[in-house]
Amino acid sequence: MSDETNTPAAAPKIPAQPGPAKTLLEVDNVTLRFGGVVALNEVKFEIKEGEILGLIGPNGAGKTTCFNVMTGVYKPTSGSVRFRGERVTGRKPHQISRLGISRTFQNIRLFPEMSALENVMVGTDSRHKTSVPGALFRLRRVRPKPEELPEVTASGGLVRTWQQVRRSFAKTFGLSRHILEERAAEDKAMELLRFVGIADRANDAARNLPYGYQRRLEIARALGTEPKLLCLDEPAAGFNPAEKEDLLGLIRRIRDMGVTVLLIEHDMRLVMGVTDRIVVLEFGSKIADGLPEAVSRDPRVIAAYLGEPADAA
Amino acid sequence: MLLELDNVSVSYGRIEALHGISLTVNEGEVVALIGANGAGKTTTMRAISGTRALSGGRITFNGEDISKLRADLRVVRGLCQSPEGRQIFPGMTVLENLDMGAYTRRDHAGIAADLERVLEMFPRLRERRKQAGGTLSGGEQQMLAVGRALMSRPKLLLLDEPSMGLAPMIIQQIFDIIVEINQQGTTVLLVEQNAQQALSRAHRAYVLETGRIVKEGTGQELLHDPSIKEAYLGVA
Amino acid sequence: MINKMRELDRSRVNALHSVADRWKALPKWQRSLAFVAFVVFLYYLPLLGIPGLTWLRTDSISGGSNWAGVLFTCAVYVLVAIGLNVVIGLAGLLDLGYIGFFAIGAYAVALFGSVNSPVVQYFQREFDLPPTWAVTWAICAFIALVMALISGVILGWPTLRLRGDYLAIVTLGFGEIIRIVARNMEGVTRGPQGIAAIPGPEGPPSSDNQIFGLIDIKPWYWLAITVVLLMVFAVRRLEHSRVGRSWLAIREDEDAAAVMGVYPFKFKLWAFAIGAALGGFAGFLFASRYAFIDPTQFNVNLSILFVAMVVVGGSGNMVGVSVGAVLLAYLPERFREIADYRWLAFGLAMVLVMILRPQGLIPSRRRARELKDRAAEAEEAPAHV
Repeated sequence: MSDETNTPAAAPKIPAQPGPAKTLLEVDNVTLRFGGVVALNEVKFEIKEGEILGLIGPNGAGKTTCFNVMTGVYKPTSGSVRFRGERVTGRKPHQISRLGISRTFQNIRLFPEMSALENVMVGTDSRHKTSVPGALFRLRRVRPKPEELPEVTASGGLVRTWQQVRRSFAKTFGLSRHILEERAAEDKAMELLRFVGIADRANDAARNLPYGYQRRLEIARALGTEPKLLCLDEPAAGFNPAEKEDLLGLIRRIRDMGVTVLLIEHDMRLVMGVTDRIVVLEFGSKIADGLPEAVSRDPRVIAAYLGEPADAA
Repeated sequence: MLLELDNVSVSYGRIEALHGISLTVNEGEVVALIGANGAGKTTTMRAISGTRALSGGRITFNGEDISKLRADLRVVRGLCQSPEGRQIFPGMTVLENLDMGAYTRRDHAGIAADLERVLEMFPRLRERRKQAGGTLSGGEQQMLAVGRALMSRPKLLLLDEPSMGLAPMIIQQIFDIIVEINQQGTTVLLVEQNAQQALSRAHRAYVLETGRIVKEGTGQELLHDPSIKEAYLGVA
Repeated sequence: MINKMRELDRSRVNALHSVADRWKALPKWQRSLAFVAFVVFLYYLPLLGIPGLTWLRTDSISGGSNWAGVLFTCAVYVLVAIGLNVVIGLAGLLDLGYIGFFAIGAYAVALFGSVNSPVVQYFQREFDLPPTWAVTWAICAFIALVMALISGVILGWPTLRLRGDYLAIVTLGFGEIIRIVARNMEGVTRGPQGIAAIPGPEGPPSSDNQIFGLIDIKPWYWLAITVVLLMVFAVRRLEHSRVGRSWLAIREDEDAAAVMGVYPFKFKLWAFAIGAALGGFAGFLFASRYAFIDPTQFNVNLSILFVAMVVVGGSGNMVGVSVGAVLLAYLPERFREIADYRWLAFGLAMVLVMILRPQGLIPSRRRARELKDRAAEAEEAPAHV
């Protein structure tokens, strides 16, 4: 909040949200040049814990580039990004993902041949540890919780005896971490598919899913990494108003789960309806930062982006 | 009648995506095709442009049956699609991409004039004309795809969600441009999620639901149709 | 005509899929039983005498090769195909120099296990060992495995940052470098003269050997098929784990995988090292069986053949690549008439496969694993938010 003083002079001075919201992510004077092109120019803003922050601006203003800097795909020329006080800049994408930043892609980038469930499991895997030796030899034993023990289902005979042997074996020696993690990953992934509402096609290859499902699957996969901050890059592109309405509800429920959301979106109705605060970029620079109503009336934003006041659109 | 779809069906494997749809586009019209995701809009476009084979029915373009014609030959006949999903050539510059649009044309003066016009419409593209297409942002690539389609000066221009991923101001401009090129003699068939804009600019429109045409009428009629309002315009 | 062939091919694949479906629908005990029966049949193969099937034997034609010998070659090639499949099929890294690892495994047992080798002779001089001393076979197996693994890591560390074509070129060079080094470092490898007297499980080749001799190849085949089965088991475990998913994700979209928390370099290096170890072990078996190797046995042609086995069979599918390996090893032996035109036939077969079925003969069908109960569970869930 103290950093608000650094916003460009022309930007309206918006009082920060009341309450002692902690800063989750801080983009600190990030500049990024590609050859002669300045993609981001001293961009500075922060994201508070628990909010839904909108990031808007004309095409090519640097919104997606900003995502790429935050998730480690690009390294800024100068400036830095801090996440929960830790410097993120210079870390590799997979490390940043483990810190708790996840994202979706503007041009859907799922793993097309894997099933929806497996796509999400790749996300949940990032919280697990089994690597080649663990999967091969399964020597690492973990004491299972009672409900994780193999069940005895048969009513009698050899099968029952076998199941009992397995159960007591697991009780004494534990189960391999690999198996427990696999189960946990599957359960978690299924839960997330249900959460975004596409569980009915869990076993279909991602490439065979309808467009709307693919967009939701991207969100589920990103949530699989258990992020603190979820960055959504035009999640409603190609949606009709009814589908957008559904998505709005989903984004709110994600926030209610305790995940902070950063949203790039062009549909102002959606942005106005869901965000707590909006940052506006133009030509790689921040031109406004504040509450949605104020931003949508900002003459610079109207001139650069909206064309007409948003509530009239 | 410039384009006629007569009872066209398309299947993906065992699943039929279009169940015999019929529609017409007259010379000089802007026709919009609206519907939810998965209704079959993109499949219809693919059937017309020739990237998806028909399983039944026929397509007539300019009086000629083109149901079995190869996609590239349809382009020569004057049928051009701006591809969905921003399929631009990432390694070529913006100018080279636009030149590819005019691949089948021979009138050099006309090409130069059209290039100027496209750059006029999209100042962003002029700024980045020497940049590789792949380095553009998503929205800029969309502009490039539309611009490239305009460069081919087709008789019939197929536009698949031209407004997708574009900022509000550009969306206005895109639709202005569509009307403008239409007035200059290009017929347009348009698939859009932004039903509000599409219907208010189109002469006629069709509503597609689960592979069938469920409604047709003039843009204004559909714009004020209460059921359309609820389903596609998001106004209660 | 191509269309007709495509049609034929499509019905063939549909038949394959329906067989696979029926197979998956069987109760677990029936599947295990069928699997056990298949394994028994594999072990019985060298004795094959079932009337009506004896024509399969390569010695059923005049001047045909030793049947068990051909089976042994098939088994070694299957091992190679399984290893290469981890690299190409699972992790999506095009490795054209796989022969290099095969050669390293072969030379490991030759250099440390044969009294003939300059390395062993050096040890004998330095440490006053008897002239019959050499490293025992079992320890050589371990050395071969570790050397191949380490060379995989050494090659992979700098090169796996490259993508696609570049990786293919570098690995192609690697395969050639290993062969040329083996030919030119005469002080270590005896160069073109090769190394003889490579040991088997019972020690150096001699007429006293009861089981693993040079005449009766059956025990060698049984040894090789046992190794193959063990490795199939191991690779399956990897495929159906966090590791296998990471490989797939990297193959399909490396950048997206990285953003989802997969460290591509680590898993690519693992794939490379595991592939190298399997290739090295195959080379080790090969060298022990023939008791003699020289650099000409490890030329580029063989490397290309290895890739062909994977591509023709169906990259990514262990059953597919195994079938590819068996076909490419077995057919020229059984049908001697075409043996002279072997490369021509391969070429034609490759072109046909590429036209008709770029995914390979038995393509990997990426199907969700046995999650039927989950699918049922899902049906109860609301379809929409």
